[in-house]
Amino acid sequence: MDAVLVRNLSKSFGKGAGRRDALKNISLRLPVGSMTAIIGPDGAGKTTLLRLLAGILTPIADEIRVLDHALPQEALALQSQIGYMPQRFGLYEDLTVEENLDLFASLHGISHAMREHRFNELLTMTALGPFRQRQAGQLSGGMKQKLGLACTLIHPPQLLLLDEASVGVDPISRRELWNIIHQQVISQNVTVLLSTAYMDEAERCDHVILLHEGEILAQGSPEQLAAPLQGHAFMLGDIPTATRNLQSRIAQMPGVVDTVIQGDGLRIVMQEAQPPRLQDGLASYGQPRAVPARLEDAFVSLLFSRSVRHVVPLPPHRDNAHDGSTIVEVIDLCRNFGAFTAVKDVSFTVRKGEIFGLLGANGAGKSTTFRMLCGLLPSSSGKLLVAGLDLRKATAAARARIGYVSQKFALYGALSVQQNLSFFATAYGLSKQHRQERMKWAFEELELQEYATMNASTLPLGYKQRLALACALMHEPDILFLDEPTSGVDPLARREFWARVNALAEGGTTCLVTTHFMEEAEYCDHLVLMSLGEILAQGTPSEIKAKARRDDRPNPSMEEAFISLIEEHEQPTRRAS
Amino acid sequence: MHQIFQRVIALAIKELLALLRDSASRAVLIGPPIIQLLVFGYAATFELKHVPFVVYNQDQGQMSREFIARFSGSPTFDLLRVVHDQKSLQSAIDDKSALMAMDIGPNFSADLEAGRSAHIQLILDGRDSNTAGLAIGYAQSIVTTFNQTQIAANGARAPAAVLLNRAWFNPNLDSRWFIIPGICGILTLLVSLLTTGLSVAREREMGTFDQLLVTPMRPSEILLGKALPGFLVGTVEGSLILIVSVFWFHIPFTGSLLALYFGLFCFLLSTVGIGLMISSLAATQQQGLLGVFLFMVPAIVLSGFSTPIANMPLAVQYITLIDPLRYFLIILRGCFLEGGSAALFWPQYWPLVLIGMISMIIAGRLFRSQLA
Repeated sequence: MDAVLVRNLSKSFGKGAGRRDALKNISLRLPVGSMTAIIGPDGAGKTTLLRLLAGILTPIADEIRVLDHALPQEALALQSQIGYMPQRFGLYEDLTVEENLDLFASLHGISHAMREHRFNELLTMTALGPFRQRQAGQLSGGMKQKLGLACTLIHPPQLLLLDEASVGVDPISRRELWNIIHQQVISQNVTVLLSTAYMDEAERCDHVILLHEGEILAQGSPEQLAAPLQGHAFMLGDIPTATRNLQSRIAQMPGVVDTVIQGDGLRIVMQEAQPPRLQDGLASYGQPRAVPARLEDAFVSLLFSRSVRHVVPLPPHRDNAHDGSTIVEVIDLCRNFGAFTAVKDVSFTVRKGEIFGLLGANGAGKSTTFRMLCGLLPSSSGKLLVAGLDLRKATAAARARIGYVSQKFALYGALSVQQNLSFFATAYGLSKQHRQERMKWAFEELELQEYATMNASTLPLGYKQRLALACALMHEPDILFLDEPTSGVDPLARREFWARVNALAEGGTTCLVTTHFMEEAEYCDHLVLMSLGEILAQGTPSEIKAKARRDDRPNPSMEEAFISLIEEHEQPTRRAS
Repeated sequence: MHQIFQRVIALAIKELLALLRDSASRAVLIGPPIIQLLVFGYAATFELKHVPFVVYNQDQGQMSREFIARFSGSPTFDLLRVVHDQKSLQSAIDDKSALMAMDIGPNFSADLEAGRSAHIQLILDGRDSNTAGLAIGYAQSIVTTFNQTQIAANGARAPAAVLLNRAWFNPNLDSRWFIIPGICGILTLLVSLLTTGLSVAREREMGTFDQLLVTPMRPSEILLGKALPGFLVGTVEGSLILIVSVFWFHIPFTGSLLALYFGLFCFLLSTVGIGLMISSLAATQQQGLLGVFLFMVPAIVLSGFSTPIANMPLAVQYITLIDPLRYFLIILRGCFLEGGSAALFWPQYWPLVLIGMISMIIAGRLFRSQLA
């Protein structure tokens, strides 16, 4: 029996010249009790497909049957049997956790007698029990997503549609979310269809659909998709220093599809099943050994041939830009919000030209620390120097030395790309000529030319991120703050983004970054791991991983290290919940 | 200095672009004020026309018919029907089909011919006291004219004193002349508050406010950059409304244009200040909008737009002193009808400037404390 059956489904938006095909001739079938992931670049049509299957949009199709309901005629009957969690789940932020659950229970017509039992079940599952009376707006990002999922599950659905449920969620909450979803599949035989930007999530599903510009490029089990690439993946181990430089050089070699820094090594994916030929200075790194291919390799190489990829060359390494001098210094930094201590005795230093990563669970105090560093929030106590100054008290000129890319890609949506750039350039006091030079740079380097007159609000997500980066770089700051700059961005755009950050760091710009993608933490020179407002561990990625080394886990990945270190630290608190 | 100027201008241009490029906010800014001016201009009038009335005429004589004809022939009153008993007279008022009922006694003509005073009973629907009061006024003047004609025709002695009315500034007492300048003020208030009241909150919601704060811009520069578009939009809209008033509604503009524009400038100073004050208090656009309306409604009621301030209780009269619209209405009406010049309005200009200065300072303070 199929939970979902779709034949030749198409959907377009807009009319006339503005008409855009979101989906073209899609056919798929999902057996009952299966778990399927939709992956693909931004704007591939993932959300549209989910919305169509939820019966919210009107489709054009030969046949579209969901849980034996023909759409769009029987959409209303269908909607009482499915759970749909959109990207931004509509929690009522002024209501408490319990009031939110109550509201959604009432909307689904669940009797009061049944409610208490179901609430307890869901609150235990999501570990939100102790926060029953807390307002939803006061929850951390991870908790909000869990509450959203709980509200979706309040009426046990037969089909669960999840649209990027784990965006902006830390690895621990992400694991909890996945446990809940798994439990539903196993115990209730629920069919799950989800879209995700995380390849490891897709790898855990039975079936993966790769969408690209409204078409299915490939579908099958993760193993099936990765199969054609077996023999294409290689690992270059034990690179002592200058990994970024090496990565950039190898990425530009012919035949190389993908390079990713992993631990002390470099993972390379080739177009042909042949190891890369390392010549000249590269030969000394030894011969790369073959490793098994994975889903992400398939994703990257399938899209490799279809989209023009921009190679970001590294600027020449400037030694004077990496003289090891301290550029950011934080000593015993504290911040209280009423009785709650968000940041507690935090101390670290950032050296010039390094990529500095701030990791931690949602609500660990990363963003608060960031906001204090940028001068957006005063500290309660402690010392804080950015380029030798406290930005909170510093003159306007000092603030011109930093750039800031916020979580939400803060852009003026009603303004065009060009107007956004021009505004930020002028706000930073650039002269007319200098402004034009930088705009030209942004158009060329970040490939924004063809979008110059488009409103920022209508840009694809990946381009929004580029524009946000461009706006923050108009004045060529010495220090760049990046607050979760890759949330919800697909793997390809993420790679490009990191290539740019690498290039910036190599050119001497100090980059401070927060992220929930643990593989991105590998790009950092120095990491600080925060938990409950305190620093738990700091050092290079290898040093952090070494701290999580156990007998049964001799070579932990960054994600494993993150989870185990944080869980150890938070255990007393988590147990209380 | 040059850089500060450049930054403020850049922010002001950005604000204007954000307002004008977005078709929704553009429509809100231009359409509704003009439509409101047209609708209110026609709808809001104190003049009474076509008041339906019924007559129970028990008199058979010529005089009563002449008397009724004076009413039914006037533009103010429309004779709905003639009833034949007291009961239908009552029910016409009860079911609101008539606003006024006229009961003429059986001896009306006889009394008049005999030189005695004749009595007529007018019954009015007191549920709508405002209209009833106005109707009595009109009825009274019809009766007065009727009396004078009678006196003249009968060659009787003229009454001792006769009142001769002459209204200055508005000879026909056309209430539109009074209302439309008021609407100009209200709409200018609305537009300038909406432009500034939501601007900071909008940026907070979008997350761009943080982005602004990390630039070298100082809070005072941001404030100034956000105030300028309010002035510009307020001036343009105010002028547009002015043009419509003069050329469409033919309200005579007799005063000095300079005096009016200086008044507009002072008024915008205060409304933009208040708008920014609301804006820096509001965390979301919704709160901003709520704040704008919480301020707007009392500002209009207490401005003297429809009810004279002199009639309000003393305590309330003091409150009106902080209402910028109160001063601007005096300037507007003065410029339109009285032919006032700038010198006449100093008592209005300085309170507006004072309100503007104080609210700007408070906005600046709030702005800074919100950052902490």
